[in-house]
Amino acid sequence: MTIKSDTQQVNMPDEKGRFGSFGGRYVPETLMNALLELEEAYKRHSEEPSFQEELSYLLTQYSGRKTPLYYAERLTKELGGAKIYLKREDLNHTGAHKINNALGQGLLAKRMGKTKVIAETGAGQHGVASATVAALLGLECKVFMGEEDMKRQQLNVFRMKLLGAEVVPVLSGTRTLKDACNETLRYWVSHVKDTFYILGSATGPHPYPMMVRNFQRVIGDETREQILEAEGRLPDQIIAAVGGGSNAIGMFYPFINDKSVGLIGVEAAGKGTDTPYHAATMTLGSKGVFQGSLSYLLQDEHGQVQPAHSISAGLDYPGIGPEHAYLKDLERANYVPVTDKEAVDALQLLSRTEGIIPALESAHAVAHVVKLAPTLPEDQMIVICLSGRGDKDVESIMAYLDEEGGEKQ
Amino acid sequence: MNLIDAAFNRLKQEGRAAFIPFLTVGDPDLDTSVDLIAGLEQAGADILELGVPYSDPLADGPVIQRASERALLHHVTIESCFQVAGEARRRGVQIPFVLFTYYNPVLQVGLEKFMAAAAEHGISGLIIPDLPYEECSEVLELADKANIHLIPLVAPTSEGRIQAILEKARGFVYCVSSLGVTGVRSSFHEGIEAFIQSVKQATPLPVAVGFGISSHEQVERFSAICDGVVIGSAIVREVETQADRLLNESAKQDALLQICNFVSQLKGYKLT
Repeated sequence: MTIKSDTQQVNMPDEKGRFGSFGGRYVPETLMNALLELEEAYKRHSEEPSFQEELSYLLTQYSGRKTPLYYAERLTKELGGAKIYLKREDLNHTGAHKINNALGQGLLAKRMGKTKVIAETGAGQHGVASATVAALLGLECKVFMGEEDMKRQQLNVFRMKLLGAEVVPVLSGTRTLKDACNETLRYWVSHVKDTFYILGSATGPHPYPMMVRNFQRVIGDETREQILEAEGRLPDQIIAAVGGGSNAIGMFYPFINDKSVGLIGVEAAGKGTDTPYHAATMTLGSKGVFQGSLSYLLQDEHGQVQPAHSISAGLDYPGIGPEHAYLKDLERANYVPVTDKEAVDALQLLSRTEGIIPALESAHAVAHVVKLAPTLPEDQMIVICLSGRGDKDVESIMAYLDEEGGEKQ
Repeated sequence: MNLIDAAFNRLKQEGRAAFIPFLTVGDPDLDTSVDLIAGLEQAGADILELGVPYSDPLADGPVIQRASERALLHHVTIESCFQVAGEARRRGVQIPFVLFTYYNPVLQVGLEKFMAAAAEHGISGLIIPDLPYEECSEVLELADKANIHLIPLVAPTSEGRIQAILEKARGFVYCVSSLGVTGVRSSFHEGIEAFIQSVKQATPLPVAVGFGISSHEQVERFSAICDGVVIGSAIVREVETQADRLLNESAKQDALLQICNFVSQLKGYKLT
């Protein structure tokens, strides 16, 4: 049995989709019944043993879970200090944690009798995961992707097409993830009756933040079991990258009541938090309503949303999931910024010491550990959520290093 | 009495539906918006919707998105929209103004400060497309105190929600003609007439319809079955066509005249 204060946190959100004051449902009326229907269907189906069995079967046999919790011995020695573990979400089918949620929502779509799914994507990982699940379940799939991101992530665009999905270029606004989300929502408004929206992050209107967290908590649940088996105790710090925040909330959630475990979300500082080119929503943002929920947001004093910047297309987003905003205000989790440069350096370090090329998103989490680990004693333990693999990013990294090398000369 | 109520009372006596054009404020600039408001009153507007430009207009199609982008290029804010409304009043414009704004800009001004400024600048109604009734109580309470009507949207998908929406409705009820975002379209939701009829039967308030209405024929069709017709993208697209000329002193009057002619033709009469 849990004590009361614990239960309160774990029972978030409330029936209105609120995490404290954050969250809610700020969407056009046309979508409201669809969201209510989705919430009801999620509650009903996710409690059915046959749904859980099917999801668990696919996570194991199709995606290859459970993913290893790997002791990064050479990285630990290199940095000197706390012992570092990597939760290898990069070893999932399709190369990132996004498949956990896409499988969950895809199964739900199928049980709700929907034949068409849509998704937004930034780095392309969620788009690939959605296209994959659509192929697996025989659903028609459209993925909305900013034109800018399509250039940065050509490989993923091609993967989605191979998987039979239609990639719809988004030409409005910043032509990145933010506007891909807008365009997906607009499309959904027009096709709400037969289309299921597979939302990829722990953002958007209720019930998405709750549902995505619950489909991603498998990361934290496995980690808990694995670290107890390996070390006989819980870790001291858990570090995860945050854009919208789905891998981080999935990792954090099972540890929220364990006060001894520090939770750190790492956001993209881009070219620096002292420049306009960053995605440091928690460090520099303020409260606002954006894409369906109340959370922290990069905006000007008049409430206009500001474009974000990060070398990582997956973190290049001016908002963040409402449960993270809640954890920040409770001071249960801390959020820290890491620059493009620090992330690329960390990516190279992990590649050389461990033979693991992380996604640029995940490299942000590694970069914070590069700073943190040496400050902690050797008997402390850090777990990094290595949310995705870096294959999709090699061209971006090459371009970045060429440019940087050019500047130095 | 709220100007919106007065307008609908008068129209009821005259036996006709309200003609409600929409403009994005600050497109192409603030001064021109004041001229356009005055011109649209002349062109037969009974009520005017003033759109506040927003960076992420979720409920809008490409035409109004582009209008927002043009306005935001020169940093139009919610405060400057109030200034435009106030200036139009000083120029003698009498028709009621309904402010159409997304929720975040309102939230950043602060709800109380926003409502006071709206009342001070002659705003009679408020439409917030991303604020469903579940989230609206605080705004509604403050709007009521300021004698500003919070006008709800009802969609063809609202179904079981209609009664709850109507209980909180003020001024008039805005029926969305189709599933989708704002924008010119040739076909409407199947069963649109039955939908409008069901809303009319459930409320004593006037019922207006909007989203996608772009021709005189469509205005006529909907005027016959409801109490008001909103025309947005068709007019904003006309403003877009004339944008360069509106910003050119020597061509401005002619461009304004063209837009007003277009609008009066939508309504069905010619300017003298």
